[in-house]
Amino acid sequence: MAEGFPRPSEIETPAGAEGWQELYSYSGVFSPERSEYEDSMFWFQDGVHWPKALLPWDAALMEMAIIGLSQYNTRHLLVPPANGIDFRIVNGYCYLSPVPAPEADIPMRAEHFTQRAGHYFMNWNELYDNWLIKIRDLVKELESLDFEPLPEIEDLEVVTSGRGTGSGGEIQANYFKLLNAASTLWQYHFEFLNLGYAAYLDFFGFCKTAFPGISDLAIAKMVAGVEVDLFRPDEELKRLAKMAVDTGITDAFKKGDVEGTCEALRATGSAGEAWISSFQQAAEPWFNFSTGSGFSSQDKIWIENVEIPFDFIGDYIKNLQSGGDIARPTEAITAERDRIVNEYTALLASDEDREAFAGKLGLARVVFPYVENHNFYVEHWSHSVIWRKMKSLGAVFAKAGFFNEPEDIFMLKRHEVPDALFDLYHSWAAPAPARGPSYWPKIIERRKEILAALNAWKASPALGTPPEVVTEPFTIMLWGITSDSIANWLGGGESEDGTLKGMMASGGVAEGPARVIFGPDQINEVQEGEILVAPLTAPSWAPIFGKILATVTDTGGMMSHAAIVCREYGLPAVTGTGFATSLIKTGQRIRVDGSSGTVTILD
Amino acid sequence: MSHHEESVVVWFESYWPGLKNEVGGKASSLGEMTNAGLPVPPGFAVTTTAYRHAHDAGDLDAMIAHYLHRLDITDTDMVHERCHAIRERVRAVAIPTEVESQIRHAYEELCRRTNSVDVPVAVRSSATSEDSPDASFAGEHDTYLWIRGADDVVDAVRRCWASLFTDRATCYREEMGYEHRSVEMCVVVQKMVHPKSAGVAFTLDPTNGDRSQIAIDSSWGFGEAVVAGEVTPDNYLIDKVMFDITKRVVSAKTHEYVLTDDDHVRKVETPEDRVLQPSLTDAEIKGIARLAKTAEQHYGSPQDIEWAVDADLPEGENVILLQSRPETVWSKKGPKTVVSPGAKAGDFMSSIVSTLMSPLHTKSD
Repeated sequence: MAEGFPRPSEIETPAGAEGWQELYSYSGVFSPERSEYEDSMFWFQDGVHWPKALLPWDAALMEMAIIGLSQYNTRHLLVPPANGIDFRIVNGYCYLSPVPAPEADIPMRAEHFTQRAGHYFMNWNELYDNWLIKIRDLVKELESLDFEPLPEIEDLEVVTSGRGTGSGGEIQANYFKLLNAASTLWQYHFEFLNLGYAAYLDFFGFCKTAFPGISDLAIAKMVAGVEVDLFRPDEELKRLAKMAVDTGITDAFKKGDVEGTCEALRATGSAGEAWISSFQQAAEPWFNFSTGSGFSSQDKIWIENVEIPFDFIGDYIKNLQSGGDIARPTEAITAERDRIVNEYTALLASDEDREAFAGKLGLARVVFPYVENHNFYVEHWSHSVIWRKMKSLGAVFAKAGFFNEPEDIFMLKRHEVPDALFDLYHSWAAPAPARGPSYWPKIIERRKEILAALNAWKASPALGTPPEVVTEPFTIMLWGITSDSIANWLGGGESEDGTLKGMMASGGVAEGPARVIFGPDQINEVQEGEILVAPLTAPSWAPIFGKILATVTDTGGMMSHAAIVCREYGLPAVTGTGFATSLIKTGQRIRVDGSSGTVTILD
Repeated sequence: MSHHEESVVVWFESYWPGLKNEVGGKASSLGEMTNAGLPVPPGFAVTTTAYRHAHDAGDLDAMIAHYLHRLDITDTDMVHERCHAIRERVRAVAIPTEVESQIRHAYEELCRRTNSVDVPVAVRSSATSEDSPDASFAGEHDTYLWIRGADDVVDAVRRCWASLFTDRATCYREEMGYEHRSVEMCVVVQKMVHPKSAGVAFTLDPTNGDRSQIAIDSSWGFGEAVVAGEVTPDNYLIDKVMFDITKRVVSAKTHEYVLTDDDHVRKVETPEDRVLQPSLTDAEIKGIARLAKTAEQHYGSPQDIEWAVDADLPEGENVILLQSRPETVWSKKGPKTVVSPGAKAGDFMSSIVSTLMSPLHTKSD
């Protein structure tokens, strides 16, 4: 076993990435002035949300997310043992460090927490209904932000209405509105999330006391919802596949490309037209679904890359035509959930225990829909709109010659965008030559080189001083960081007998050939009967779960989005192995035991 | 006798309580267990009807009356000599062809089901009035193990019948003035267990009393090695509700008890390639767990069972229950509750706060 993890101050810049710190906020990188503090802390890499080097603008959403989490733990709810999370970007990768609450403050915090969190628990349904309204309003607000090239002259109406402001000021204002909306979004996100986990953990703790051997998975199954918004996009694909089969228009899907398919669909007449309109209806909002975690501007989104949902629908159609049953057996899922609950209930030692068990399970089930569903509303739907709007702003800059392509907008830091906007605004108003067209392309090109070099760097799973024991509940729930996983990283991942250890994310055993992929672009390489091995998975990969035998990931905990989806689709899964994608090769036979959290390489 | 045909042989799985008098206590308990999902080694009962037909056809009443005429039950030599003679004649009785062929067919069917030639069976008496002392006397010499072949099975059935006329049972009936034909004998024919592997199982985790778990100890061959603690068995934990195998420890099983060619059980060294090989497949582990869970539900309390995986039975039917008795260690300690008895369900926030202070799962595993 290695001595420990590298100290942050020891990390070297990869060749070709010199000056990478310029891509990020001055406060978000390790700094000599803070090195004593930084070296003393434990930092783990968050590959669940940011598996690759962050693009400069993408870092904005990371920062807002982390701040949202922190402010709720520390300032709003006063979670007794846990303050927020500090973050640093190292060679482009995001590292997190949980900040414990001072021991002496805990009794005071517990008192506040009881009152504040108690209010949420007592009024959960009402507050959650209100949350759904707030989030939809926020999406509407984001959708209303227009980023159009500045007009040659303002419309007459701008003048005659006496508005007093114009397009230049508006485009600036809209950018700030977008930033504000993103910040609001991430505060909303953490309004409920950690409370959801807390109630879940309470039930979890009761189960572990009553039944020391009960698996995390059994507990998750008792709580998990049956109708879940996060699975709705996949449900819509299945519905559309079935509709195509039922209305006899499946030949159109043999075309292979979206355009050809749509043409063929229209040629079928009303059935095809009805299908297309049904697809469009489903797409808003359900296909605002990222192929990744939702945190990268580079991840594809279904609604903008309709070939992705079309391909999945085509697969489902083939499955249906060969007699497959793709429907989610909700009645059977409910019956199985009831069976599990009833059997554990019967095994409890007293009526008092049964009463407490029922109460805690009840609360966990009230709060858990948020834990499952928020991911669609925040990371997928809202982020999709943010990425879209930013691309339209990028198009404005590209048209003005600042960028070669709209996507270059993400090569700017969030606070560089207002500077560039001012340059654009000024050159439009004067008019006078802008500096942007000669200034940004060079910088962007260099930043792209730096990012390429950073992406080739293999990030250490952790830095700094490991804690003796991980107790911060959310670190464990969300990131799967436990004392065990830290020991596992230090040991290089593989135990003496050639097995990898991870989290028991979803039970069962499967054996088969591995398919190692590193991102959503490779998802179409996955073949029927293979075991998916990936740094992480996203909920939007659900449609391929019908053809794989099991899933293994490098990162993620019991409550990571990957784990939730695997359980839902009844596949064995081991998450948080740390090294699966580097130790396993495509084609190797592996054995995945999701019930014990082990992966064995068989040849 | 054709209208009696169906009741001469009763397979355990075809048993129903209406047949209790036909098959006797032992066979009915085997039938009940089979029907409750507690599979015992497969077999069948030769009903009292068979005995009655043989009895009538061989005119045994006259023969018995002849030997018991003026029997002095205080003269042990005389009793022994006369009873011996009766038993010899019962053992030689000609069974009506239709009855005998049904017994032979049933045995052949058992061979077919177990995919064996001349499958070894245990032949045991199962008297119909277990409460009466003469019936229990009849149980004295009435178990014949490792019987192979239809001829020997039929012979063993006759020997069981003959055991109705042990010296003690006969004297008892004479003394009490009971009719000798008032007791009837059913005979159980049951496959001898031929364990690929065997062991014990608890319907709780013996290390902490966790009732959500089933613990299995398993080793190669007959269960003696595990029961007597002569080998370190493979050890498995299975979640009783989810049926996931949550722990597996495969140990070096240095010895095993195996069956020799002449039907003896012998302790031998385990061949090297099997010492560290798991003694159970996953399907077998789950089969044993299912059996243990069923036994717990059937008997209404945590159980300690002995089981075997029979090498001759098809997969899915090869897990056999040998014995089930109440678990004692944890059951004596009384229920282990989470909420102290009588305590009111505390307010949920204090529970949530204390959960956040010490997330349990950081300590486990």
